[in-house]
Amino acid sequence: MFAYARPERLDEVFALWDAEPTARLLSGGTDLLVAIRTGRARPPLVIDLKRVQELAPGIAERDGALRIGASTVLSDLVADPRVRAAFPALVDAALVVGSIQIRNRATLVGNVCNASPAADTATPLLAYGASVEISGRSGTRRVALDAFFVGPGRTALEPSEVVSAIELPLPTGPIGAAFRRMTRRRGVDLATVNLCCVVASDGVTRIGFGAVAPRPLLVVDDSGVLADPDADPDAQETVLRRLAAETSPISNVRASREYRAAMLLVLTRRALAAARKRLDEARHGGR
Amino acid sequence: MAADELRIRIAVNDDRRELDVAVHHTLLDVLRDRLGLTGTKECCAEGECGACTVLLDGRAVNSCLILAVEADGREVTTIEGLADGDRLSRLQAAFLERGAVQCGFCIPGMVMSAHYLLSHTPHPDAAEIREGLSGNLCRCGGYNQICSAVALAASTADAEAGE
Repeated sequence: MFAYARPERLDEVFALWDAEPTARLLSGGTDLLVAIRTGRARPPLVIDLKRVQELAPGIAERDGALRIGASTVLSDLVADPRVRAAFPALVDAALVVGSIQIRNRATLVGNVCNASPAADTATPLLAYGASVEISGRSGTRRVALDAFFVGPGRTALEPSEVVSAIELPLPTGPIGAAFRRMTRRRGVDLATVNLCCVVASDGVTRIGFGAVAPRPLLVVDDSGVLADPDADPDAQETVLRRLAAETSPISNVRASREYRAAMLLVLTRRALAAARKRLDEARHGGR
Repeated sequence: MAADELRIRIAVNDDRRELDVAVHHTLLDVLRDRLGLTGTKECCAEGECGACTVLLDGRAVNSCLILAVEADGREVTTIEGLADGDRLSRLQAAFLERGAVQCGFCIPGMVMSAHYLLSHTPHPDAAEIREGLSGNLCRCGGYNQICSAVALAASTADAEAGE
């Protein structure tokens, strides 16, 4: 049992939240309502954000970035032609979140704010260099997504702050990206391991690792070794293992620590190969 | 500003309704217990099985994961809204034709997901049908017949359109 409010402006959200600091924010509800049902969350008040003007759904191009409004659902994200053209690995990741019914309700911002270490959309967002736009009483601030994730279910949000949008910088040169994921079954499952590699033409490789650390993790290789298809395989393996050493997988119901560590390397090699191939196509495809 | 009960207006199967609902009740609760539309089933109650699938403003959703107050001002289509009187929809008839119904519990959700699939992809291939139904579980294991029924409905739609 809880009370419910559906404010239309952010200042009303903050006023409600001040009066009831343990209130929970509701967007798509696909995580929160399950948590309430199972008793993991017992909020006295649920504040529905879907009518808040400042958090309206929508994807807009602004200052060289795509801005994805807080109420934008995953179905609309994956259907957007600009997202599909510039961030195909994000589309691949968003398309494995939950089910069609879930994606018709769940928001990208909600997925990020839930801060699951295994969140599928987090790994491409990290690799593509996304940042979050945070709105509070005193205005907005921007935080790199890598700094936003603090721990399991924990973010850099301060009290009376909400994420109003996610910003994805549009690539300025050719890049290649690939998302890979391992699950026990294809649909409606959480990832055992998920990751996304983005290889840029300047030689920098950015990899978002999921489900192998307390939070989605960004690792970067700026040596150019991973991006180079002709690099010595042993040198590549050395770099790969150094990056993988930054993870700290645990054993749980989905897989053991050892299995995750092994699969992380396998999936990363596959994703890297696919990303390099796409970079090559982007360079020679006239795009 | 916070409330325990709210008056909502919803159009369920084109029938406009206005009712006071407890804010913690789900859309599924209200459809079944207040409006008597028991075709929509409650099963896992956490968005895993798809038995409670309905259309909200034309999109397939899990009605167990939506508060009734969130549906205020929206249109809902349930399994009861597909038939025209006693005349089954083409999709419903195809489920019977292909023997896709065993115990029947998952079928309303399956039909609603398939209805949604055909609404935006009228000519799905086998992979698209499987993906379109991937949010729905059938514990009788009748997936082959169910997918076959959806393919049949799509092809009979073509045949009728071609007449």
